[in-house]
Amino acid sequence: MTGLPGATEKRLGLVIDLDTCVGCQACVTACKGWNDGGIGLSDQDPYGADPSGTFLNRVHSYQVAIPDAPAQVVTFPRSCLHCDNAPCVTVCPTGASYKRAEDGIVLVNEDACIGCGLCAWACPYGAREMDAAQGVMKKCTLCVDRIYNETLPEEDREPACVRTCPTNARHFGDLADPDSKVSQLVAQRGGYDLMPDMGTKPTNKYLPPRKKGPGEASPLAPLLDIKATGIAGWLDRMLGKI
Amino acid sequence: MNQPRVETQREVGDEVRQTTCYMCACRCGINVHLKSGKLAYIEGNRDHPINKGVLCAKGASGIMQVTAPSRLKAPLRRVGPRGSGAFEEITWEEALSTAVAWMKPLRETAPEKLAFFTGRDQSQSLTGWWAQNFGTPNYAAHGGFCSVNMAAGGIYTIGGAFWEFGQPDWDRTKLFVMFGVAEDHDSNPIKIGLGKLKARGARVISVNPVRTGYSAVADDWIGITPGTDGLLILSLIHCLLEAGKIDLDYLAQWTNAPLLVTEADGPEKGLFVRNAESQPFVIDRRTSHPAPWDGKDVQPDLGAEWQGNRTVFRHMVEEYLKPGYAPEAVAARCGVTAARIRQLAAELADVAFNHAITLDRPWTDFRGNEHPNMPGRPVSFHAMRGISAHSNGFQTARALHLLQILLGSLETPGGYRLKPPYPKPIEAHPTPHFVSTPGKPLTGPHLGYVRSPDDLCLLPDGQPARIDKGFSWENPFSAHGLMHMVIPNAHAGDPYRIDTLFLYMANMSWNSSMNSARVMEMLTEERDGDYVIPRIIYSDAYASEMVAYADLILPDTTYLERHDCISLLDRPISEPDAAGDAIRWPVIEPDREVRCFQSVLLELGARLGLPGMVNEDGTPKFKDYADYIANHQRRPGVGPLMGFRGNGEAEGRGAPNPDQLNRYIENGAFYQAHVPEEAAFYKPWNAAYQDWAVKLGLYETPQPYLFNIWSEPMRRFQLAAEGFGPRQPPDHLRARLKQAMHPLPIWYAPYGDEDAAFGYPVHALTQRPMDMYHSWGSQNAWLRQIKGHNYLYLPTKIWVEQGFQDGDWARVSSRAGTIVVPVAHMAALNENTVWTWNAIGKRKGAWALDADAPEATTGFLLNHLISELLPDRDGLRLSNSDPITGQAAWFDQRVRVERVAAEDHPRGTVEPMFERLPDPPRAGGGRDHNSSAKNWTASFRRKFVAPVGGET
Amino acid sequence: MHPAPSVILFSTLSGLGFGFLAFLGWGALLPSGGAAFSLWGLGYGLAVAGLFASTFHLGNPKNALKAFTQWRSSWLSREAWASVATLLILAPVALSDIFDLELPRIVGQIGGTLAILTVLTTAMIYTQIKAVPRWHHWLTPVMFLTFALAGGAMLSGCALAPVLLLAVGAVLVAVWQVGDQAFAKAGQTLGTATGLDRLGTPSVLDPAHTAGNYLKREMIFVVGRKHAAKLRKIALALSALLPALVLLLPLGVYSIALAAVLHLAGALAARWLFFAEAEHVVALYYGARG
Repeated sequence: MTGLPGATEKRLGLVIDLDTCVGCQACVTACKGWNDGGIGLSDQDPYGADPSGTFLNRVHSYQVAIPDAPAQVVTFPRSCLHCDNAPCVTVCPTGASYKRAEDGIVLVNEDACIGCGLCAWACPYGAREMDAAQGVMKKCTLCVDRIYNETLPEEDREPACVRTCPTNARHFGDLADPDSKVSQLVAQRGGYDLMPDMGTKPTNKYLPPRKKGPGEASPLAPLLDIKATGIAGWLDRMLGKI
Repeated sequence: MNQPRVETQREVGDEVRQTTCYMCACRCGINVHLKSGKLAYIEGNRDHPINKGVLCAKGASGIMQVTAPSRLKAPLRRVGPRGSGAFEEITWEEALSTAVAWMKPLRETAPEKLAFFTGRDQSQSLTGWWAQNFGTPNYAAHGGFCSVNMAAGGIYTIGGAFWEFGQPDWDRTKLFVMFGVAEDHDSNPIKIGLGKLKARGARVISVNPVRTGYSAVADDWIGITPGTDGLLILSLIHCLLEAGKIDLDYLAQWTNAPLLVTEADGPEKGLFVRNAESQPFVIDRRTSHPAPWDGKDVQPDLGAEWQGNRTVFRHMVEEYLKPGYAPEAVAARCGVTAARIRQLAAELADVAFNHAITLDRPWTDFRGNEHPNMPGRPVSFHAMRGISAHSNGFQTARALHLLQILLGSLETPGGYRLKPPYPKPIEAHPTPHFVSTPGKPLTGPHLGYVRSPDDLCLLPDGQPARIDKGFSWENPFSAHGLMHMVIPNAHAGDPYRIDTLFLYMANMSWNSSMNSARVMEMLTEERDGDYVIPRIIYSDAYASEMVAYADLILPDTTYLERHDCISLLDRPISEPDAAGDAIRWPVIEPDREVRCFQSVLLELGARLGLPGMVNEDGTPKFKDYADYIANHQRRPGVGPLMGFRGNGEAEGRGAPNPDQLNRYIENGAFYQAHVPEEAAFYKPWNAAYQDWAVKLGLYETPQPYLFNIWSEPMRRFQLAAEGFGPRQPPDHLRARLKQAMHPLPIWYAPYGDEDAAFGYPVHALTQRPMDMYHSWGSQNAWLRQIKGHNYLYLPTKIWVEQGFQDGDWARVSSRAGTIVVPVAHMAALNENTVWTWNAIGKRKGAWALDADAPEATTGFLLNHLISELLPDRDGLRLSNSDPITGQAAWFDQRVRVERVAAEDHPRGTVEPMFERLPDPPRAGGGRDHNSSAKNWTASFRRKFVAPVGGET
Repeated sequence: MHPAPSVILFSTLSGLGFGFLAFLGWGALLPSGGAAFSLWGLGYGLAVAGLFASTFHLGNPKNALKAFTQWRSSWLSREAWASVATLLILAPVALSDIFDLELPRIVGQIGGTLAILTVLTTAMIYTQIKAVPRWHHWLTPVMFLTFALAGGAMLSGCALAPVLLLAVGAVLVAVWQVGDQAFAKAGQTLGTATGLDRLGTPSVLDPAHTAGNYLKREMIFVVGRKHAAKLRKIALALSALLPALVLLLPLGVYSIALAAVLHLAGALAARWLFFAEAEHVVALYYGARG
């Protein structure tokens, strides 16, 4: 099982638009809420001095120093990238960590997990968190219990983070299909991989912030030399227009 | 391959109940999934007009709010000294009879001795009505420290406002400019809108000292100096006028630009020239003769001069073409280069005039003129706290509306659009009512819109009639009251003392007050053997910091356990294309001795025998709030909810329908009345819209009006300050009234700027994080993991100048106090500004958090730095507020920042540190966790191995 | 990486145990009777104690047997097989030594070699982690193997022991030298981790969460540079230099015992550093290189 399936028929994943994400954290708690009801995501010391809990999606906030321009702020959601070449899968001694052949989703079979943590070590992206109450590894399931769930209305069969995202910065689809909405977005907007040199071949892609700065409208030309004409001249010129 | 079987068909729950979120003021629709009667999952309602299925971080964490251990569980009576937190649990009967015993004598002798102020109340049409019938003039909600500059600045200018009362035409706008818009109101709609713009590649510009959130994704960021937005806007207006890039047709038809202003000195100077019927008029270009402002086919002459009286347009042009508004003149003050200001003006003009759009929708205006289509100028604006929380915020809001007006974009396709019940002119709003008579109700609502000094709430001796001095010379247009001044004024006996302070959902002893440390003292100070504020009744659902300071606690339910109505009489959930209202209903039953505050209020009203709340035989008129929502009528046929009236088919107007709430529940807990297509734009002047609004019951007759570039009500106050009229302001307020009440939007330096000269040069701001709502988020186990403490963000200039290092602290002082807080560096920040997240800091022991919770040890408030008063001048207690509206000016704040190296602050906790609050009796517990595998290894690991963390 | 006592004890004790078992299997000592019982007992004791310690690192040890299933791809699974195979194959050898059963030595030689392979599999668990550049280097298995061989030689009283111990020292120095450059050499920065290097130079503004989580506890451990430098000296002295010297003292078995105690202490320090100094690339997201 710890072998990778090779090319999968579908490559389901997320495309995250960093030009649109405002960092509202909605995806973080929507994920927590949905998956807490499913696989269970515990919290320790929830009202205490040192609270801690399992989350499958975290939103960071970075500032970017840019030469000759004001610094920018980019909020950055981080979760499992469902890599084609997932190192978290091959290190697993029990086969609990696996990548599905049919859609490429990387999952943990909790019934087989020994909680050794090696998969979390192997992941460069911090996509896995060990649940302290259950002692097994938790990770983004791409809401596998939503996307195929026939008890949900069809329009709701998408990951909880995507359904809740207020700015529509998160897109879900098949990245193996070049005509899918997500593949199109990646092509149009220059979607990229995180840490490509790690050789993980992530499925999820990030769309970079668009170029920022002042607009290109040509400067406004004064109607006339008001100093010379006075307000009266301005009024004449302006109101002659009506 | 042999893959494990995955459960993909999990059933979320066995029942979905749709209600309205209350994790903030956004009021999104939610689907609450229940499993065996217990909460299982909360998600957004896709059909809901506000959120269209999405939900924010707070909303999706509602399950942890409803199960929070901080929930109060029974009525409480104080038994120890106030502030000690010593309470005994009492029955509801004891609680209600105690409250009645306190209130009844006040109503019979001096109703004004009861001050009833509500915080994040979403039932103001009930609470206000209750206070009106009690007969006290002392009622308001929290708008005075939140939004009133925006609300009043908008309503006095365009008959509508920013905040959630309108929105850009998200589907058509091509350029969207935000001024001081953070994530604090209307948050999901704005996020949805930004998402639409981003998907279309439309351009977004943010003017904001801090580049986070919406400003972070904006295509351009202008890191303005706080309090100078108005000056920047007027400079943009200067540029547009200079280039002649304004919409003359729009100005002539839809604004008061062509009205004539009295030139002659005297009591009429600056008021509109009026005809024999007391109507202002215009000069018709075709005839050069006076013509009615609302006459068919009239072509108003913007440049007219008639009998020596010039038009508003001419006054305006003369004002804004002054060199003082040139970009070069304002650049240094605004912290924005002249070139960037000119560039922004060019962008606005380019989109408005070179990329105009037209909708093929014929319509007819109120004058009877027919228009073949709807031209639109697809530039839109939005503004919020960054403008409103300054002492020049009212005029700045007006300036921004003027900018929209000059571009001709307001209420046109692609521009900013108002949501019903707006547009609504001043004339359609009530004036404030305040005359209290023992045993009698007020003759009308407390809050309204002042037209002239005659409408001020003054006692015969000229003193303010309201405890908050609302609608007095100090803040004549305080349409939301001044909640932030209630406790300080009551404590100072200025203008008088009160007996009972009745508060709902307002954390006044902590994050909802300016100068919180001093407010705590005011609440506990004794004089002549009694507290200076003798009695405090408080209703809250949670163990907030305020609980400890009350004498009687009426515990409220959580939002999933209650009825509520989000009403057109109050703050509805309308969209530009539809009026909307909504309800909450108990999707789960409370498991403790708590009651919906509004039901309690109605019962108190019945026990006090308040008009409207008792039948003729003295029995209670309403069983509870739900009964009131369905059966109360504010005007015949018009009640709290517009949908399913009468036989269930009537909309807006109709007899009460006993089945109304069930119909709402079936409909997803909301109702929408759609604006007809031909009525969707140009609403203030669109005959089809006006007729629709009357039919719906928004008003009784059509109310078309002109946008007020020139404000007559303001000019009337200037005239008073100049010495005209029978009602005269006190001398110490004349100068500032003359300055602030300019009938054209102007800019003056925020009052806080004076502190700069006294060694407090740096601006200090707060922002509400998108994932927290005021103090409520910290009791939520999920949200507090995201933001459990805060930093003061310092700009590069201060960071480098003082040699700050990561891990350092700063001593931040103002004329009101000093705090010592952790700092972090932020480059994308105005160089003279520091800021932090709002209301993360908690007092030790509050909100059912451990005393050493990070919220209490390293979380902090800026409130301790913010004085509620301006610097003392001749013993005058002037509030630190906008001089027009009384809006708390907490963004005026100036501070000094001094480095405290980490090694010099070994304690590692914030200062000041207040004594731990005792824990009041509360529900406790928290949510049962569903994880079954609490095995021995987890606890072993916690003790001996550590990396996997602990378990409680 | 968090220097968890369980993994430090595991890898140190089992490394020493398997190293010693290798020498015993290879016949470096050829003890018999009670002496054989004690020596094989020590080897088995160390190896098994280490394996036992490792189970404390498991969140869900009840599934531990499943760890044998994935030997085709997982070094941890291979380690499970190798360790069990070693212990099983060497058991008759040990019995043969104790009871003079004259089992052909070839079995011991196979078992001994398997013991060294076990140490290699342990090393490969760390070496394979590309996300921890300090570990992802051929010197990691060299270090583990050198420790095992030196420890085994030392406990066996093998004449080569001082040399091997000095080799441990040399390898440690090399590991630190190379390791200190490894993160930079791997080329991952917050810029590559977020892709924001296309824009400029990113740094952390607001933390994603102020509360703790598994990642911060497990992967982000910051050790003070001065503290690390001091510990390195201690580790070098105790694990390599001092025991090599002590072994030259003419104290017979006592010098071995003393050297072993010193070496074990040094090995624990070295192993603590192996984890504490290892920086996981995920720390980049949190603004640290922890």
